[in-house]
Amino acid sequence: MTDKITFLLNGERVTVEGLPPTTTLLQYLRERKRMTGTKEGCAEGDCGACTVAVGSLHGGKTGYKSLNACIALLPTLDGREVITVEHLKSKTGAPNAVQKAMVDCHASQCGFCTPGFVMSLSTLLHNKKQPDGEDVQDAIAGNLCRCTGYRPILDAAHQAAQSEDNAMAVSPDVLKELARGKMFRYETPEGKFFAPVTVEELAGVLAEYPDATMLAGGTDVGLWVTKFHMDLPVIVYTANISALREIKKTDAGLEIGAAASYADAFAALADYDASMETLLRRFASVQIRNAGTVGGNIANGSPIGDGPPPLIVLGARITLRSKSGARELPLEDFFLEYKKQDRQPGEFLEKIFVPEKPQTVLFKTYKLSKRFDQDISAVCAAYALDVQGGKIVAARIAHGGMAGTPQRASETEAFLQGRDWNEETVRGAQALLEKDYRPMTDMRASAQYRMDAAKGLLYRFFLETTAPEAQTQVYGYGG
Amino acid sequence: MAGKAQKEISGGMGQPQAHDSAKLHVSGEAVYTDDIREPAGCLHACILKSPHAHAKIKSIDVSACAIPGVHAVMTAKDIPGANEVAPVFAGDPVFATDEVFYAGQSVLAVAAESIGIARKAAHLAKIEYEELPAILNVHDAMRSEKYVGDPYVMQQGDSAAGLSGAQHKISGALDIGGQDHFYLEGQIAMATPQENGEMHCWSSTQHPSEVQHLIAKVLGIRDHLVTVDVRRMGGGFGGKESQASLIACVAALLANKTGRPVKLRLDRDDDMIMTGKRHDFNIRYDVGFDDTGLIAGIEFTQASNCGMSADLSNAIADRAMFHADNCYFLENAKVTSYRCFTHKVSNTAFRGFGGPQGMLAMEYVIDDIARKLGKDPLEVRKVNLYDAKGALKNRCTTHYGMTVEDNIIRDIFAEIEKTGDYAARVKQARDFNAKSPVLKKGIALTPVKFGISFTLTMLNQAGALVHVYKDGTVQLNHGGTEMGQGLHTKVCQVVADEFQIDISDVRITATSTGKVPNTSATAASSGSDLNGMAAQAAARTIKQRLVSFAAQHFNCAEIAVSFHGGMVTAGEETMSFAQMVSLAYVNRVSLSSTGFYSTPKIDWDRPKAKGRPFFYFAYGAAISEVIVDTLTGEYNILRTDILHDAGRALNPAIDIGQVEGGFVQGTGWLTSEELWWNEKGELKTHAPSTYKIPTGRDIPKDFRVALFENENSEQTIYRSKAVGEPPLMLGISVFLALRDAVAACGPEGCLPPLQAPATPENVLKAVQAVRKS
Ligand SMILES: Cc1cc2nc3c(=O)[nH]c(=O)nc-3n(C[C@H](O)[C@H](O)[C@H](O)COP(=O)(O)OP(=O)(O)OC[C@H]3O[C@@H](n4cnc5c(N)ncnc54)[C@H](O)[C@@H]3O)c2cc1C
Ligand code: FES
Ligand code: FES
Repeated sequence: MTDKITFLLNGERVTVEGLPPTTTLLQYLRERKRMTGTKEGCAEGDCGACTVAVGSLHGGKTGYKSLNACIALLPTLDGREVITVEHLKSKTGAPNAVQKAMVDCHASQCGFCTPGFVMSLSTLLHNKKQPDGEDVQDAIAGNLCRCTGYRPILDAAHQAAQSEDNAMAVSPDVLKELARGKMFRYETPEGKFFAPVTVEELAGVLAEYPDATMLAGGTDVGLWVTKFHMDLPVIVYTANISALREIKKTDAGLEIGAAASYADAFAALADYDASMETLLRRFASVQIRNAGTVGGNIANGSPIGDGPPPLIVLGARITLRSKSGARELPLEDFFLEYKKQDRQPGEFLEKIFVPEKPQTVLFKTYKLSKRFDQDISAVCAAYALDVQGGKIVAARIAHGGMAGTPQRASETEAFLQGRDWNEETVRGAQALLEKDYRPMTDMRASAQYRMDAAKGLLYRFFLETTAPEAQTQVYGYGG
Repeated sequence: MAGKAQKEISGGMGQPQAHDSAKLHVSGEAVYTDDIREPAGCLHACILKSPHAHAKIKSIDVSACAIPGVHAVMTAKDIPGANEVAPVFAGDPVFATDEVFYAGQSVLAVAAESIGIARKAAHLAKIEYEELPAILNVHDAMRSEKYVGDPYVMQQGDSAAGLSGAQHKISGALDIGGQDHFYLEGQIAMATPQENGEMHCWSSTQHPSEVQHLIAKVLGIRDHLVTVDVRRMGGGFGGKESQASLIACVAALLANKTGRPVKLRLDRDDDMIMTGKRHDFNIRYDVGFDDTGLIAGIEFTQASNCGMSADLSNAIADRAMFHADNCYFLENAKVTSYRCFTHKVSNTAFRGFGGPQGMLAMEYVIDDIARKLGKDPLEVRKVNLYDAKGALKNRCTTHYGMTVEDNIIRDIFAEIEKTGDYAARVKQARDFNAKSPVLKKGIALTPVKFGISFTLTMLNQAGALVHVYKDGTVQLNHGGTEMGQGLHTKVCQVVADEFQIDISDVRITATSTGKVPNTSATAASSGSDLNGMAAQAAARTIKQRLVSFAAQHFNCAEIAVSFHGGMVTAGEETMSFAQMVSLAYVNRVSLSSTGFYSTPKIDWDRPKAKGRPFFYFAYGAAISEVIVDTLTGEYNILRTDILHDAGRALNPAIDIGQVEGGFVQGTGWLTSEELWWNEKGELKTHAPSTYKIPTGRDIPKDFRVALFENENSEQTIYRSKAVGEPPLMLGISVFLALRDAVAACGPEGCLPPLQAPATPENVLKAVQAVRKS
């Protein structure tokens, strides 16, 4: 027996059956509900034209976040509340503050991107009464506009923030009624969808379907559906398992559940260093960070994922679990080779443990891409040097984008070990990166640039850890 | 007016009227082609693309495509009419016949009950290819002399003599990347068969008349059987000028074959792989100059990558030549243009239409000269400018023989230098660089002079249709299309102003080939110039009828009839516009009229490469200041000041929007927007995940935009100037500011070999190069 997908859409309860589990929310809205305000600009989470607000209940609290409807699979919305642009007007038909400000500021030209911006900004203002400039930039970093040049949109955001009432009409109480408190199963001839709520259930389903596709935030898997047009016969969704979403801080370090979103893990991770905060800010967009999980970022095994390099140098260990038990391993050992990870059928990633960083460790991480926001790294670098009395007693360096997996720079690390942390050492270390990596050329960067930039970043790390007064970054320059 | 206090109408000419669809945009109610409710039984289509850049098609077997839900499969041999969707010169087949010429070329199409089925079915076709060698860049094309049009030269004076006698000489070359339009709404059309062999098509196109004509052509029917409508596009930028035709024609062909409505919407990847882009160029230059930087002789060789067919490339390459001078008098100049054939998608119109590439090379040359002489580039710019408007001497003729009569760039310079605090900021940047080893600042002030008119003179015509209803409201149509630029709003303002009624009483409906025939594309920045005038003419015809009628009816002189603030006065009588209209109706006065306009004065002799291709020029200038991280090549735009000439602005709010949006788009072209093909000729940047247009954080931290107050010296609508394209080229200031910052890493007088786009990678490469020099 299949459950019906049940959720709130603009305040009304809707139930869905019969649609394939890989139907996206965007398809459902546009094709089934004929709510055409939400647009498709890319179907890959990169343009924001499809932005909607989604309310979820976690730990008794309801939070509303912006999401990309184009890559959200419909069954993941079970028990949630979806708000689209059609729901923003007041009962009397008056536009909300963002909509009004967008008109006043001439912030739409062709208008195709506009509903997406309106949703991103309305969600921001619903959650934060007085956003600052960076909040606004973050909120729209995942929204592309090809016409306006953004200035009027930014103005509109600030104008709207002056308004007294920026809350969206939401129904958190109804949402509580929808909570199932047990596993959700949805099935059609095209496929099965399971959303367990406990780790044990998850292990059980995976034991039964060892080849199932695990789905967390779906910011990778969603694209398998919308871009690669893959069939996914069995999907197991992890984001309803509250135990997997927990983020715990202890004296020993930080424990992040595999299904915790980047947005939720942001603050805890950012604590390690200001450079980590910048990296996270550059990690995709708000919409993607609201969905995408730390676990998914590791489990996808991508050589260009931004999570692994800093986590590796911080000494992160991961726990893999299956019905038959759990095992722990250092994060870097998980990545075997390009597209191959140390994960057995039936196993899932349960949590990531990041040890507390000792006082003497100099840690920084940097991301490089063609564009500041919402771009995949050409190179992502992370360094953790334990420097005591001017001498390097331990070195951990890892890069993304430099090899087929996120990889440590073992030759360079060995060279650094025991040396003084000075100009001569860093020059020697730069040269050794050539031994550690043979990067490749593709549309994001040439092999030469990746190597040169990795050397440049190492030098930036040296400057920032030895001459903190040096100005080394353009981001945030001039306030 | 008889001394009566009268209200002013809302939304007249010159007012910052909001976009006519703004409220619909923000509420999500604006209807784009994909939002139109499909007629019952509507099928969805998918095009199968060639995987090879160049190959023989040995066989096509579509038998496997017939899965449940499929209603039609079409290949070249199933086309009832011509297999051709080219705008001018033949060469753009709907479906490949026996050879494919680019990876992404359309080979066949399927119509099915869902897009999923159509896609699956299309990929079940068995096609045997035999791969052939491919030409993938302009250098190879030049070597093998493969062109889509004849090489072309514009010249004046004696460039060789000018060069050989010059005190200083520089030779150089610049690679300039292309650009994807990245309109947020992808290409789309929905065709519905009608009775008696007629076809209706909703198309997201800048050129409904051409789509109409080409649908007729592929169906083998006459034009009067086809109607094409477009209410609005989610962006066009030139990408839907000629290239929307293929999509609409495939939809119409499948609709014709199945007898059912067919929608064809390209997903983002197909859109970017299948449709043309801004041309990438290689431009070589030799320039000779004296100690002041005054250019004595100059030669440009422009090689443009046109792709596999001519499309609009010849006109685009011409415009690159027309703008090789930008704002500078080139006494002895020769511009040679090669229109290279490559096995790539056929490149097409894109905001600026070749102008940006020609102009960028000129500004690069100026930058070279200044660096070589150790001068501020602004000084060299000033030395070379055309004579000022009203003070023409002997430095006012372009290399194509047109007199530049309206040059106001000197005034723009004077103003922006002051408001942008140019000199002081140059000094501050130098001081900063002296003390900053890693971060370097750069600054540049660049001008724009852009010629307004289609350079194919015939296209400079437009029509409009105005209906006045008995209640005093007006419905208006014209040949232009709305893609976000605010054209409809401006044309409504013109008509509201003419009748002196509130703009809310004027409604523009979808552009339709059934209402205004034989229109030109909405392109070349000419939308409001042409259609505004045509609509005004239509309104004036009706108004004149009302005047004559009123004069007769109220027994007064025609001169005593006036329209103001929603009222009409005829002698002693004053009544509302609606009352006047209804009275005219009762008295059997026609309340509907067409209007027509053709641009005066222009006269271009292409064979001689001399004449006046442009009605006037639009000007502007920008100062940009950037900061570059010399360890990684990353950068930020710290501040941009813009002063742009929109003549007497028809709608200052919309014009500012065009200026800002154009600048940011031009900046994207020259910075983060990199198109990358692999060695097989496959585009690998075919989605926003890999193709990076600017986001909100990429715009200048401090962004100051103003319109330069003046009037067009030519008689345009309201004395305004076209504003769609020119501001794009203000983005050149960012590119040259980056080059300036890079130069700070090298010795005095170095010429940083920065190529466009200036991605962080290209910036770092240039930094490394000047460090070695
Ligand atoms: C627009 C856009 C921008 C992006 N930008 C970035 C970026 O800047 N940096 C970056 O690193 N990434 C980026 N990504 C990629 C992606 O967002 C991240 O990798 C994200 O962290 C993936 O998490 P998810 O929960 O969405 O993964 P999902 O798509 O749900 O899953 C990813 C993979 O992990 C598997 N998986 C998920 N959970 C588990 C589990 N518990 N155990 C075992 N396997 C599991 C899935 O089966 C799948 O193979 C971007 C993606 C998009 C669409
Ligand atoms: S459609 Fe582009 S992000 Fe969803
Ligand atoms: S208004 Fe056209 S994309 Fe933003």
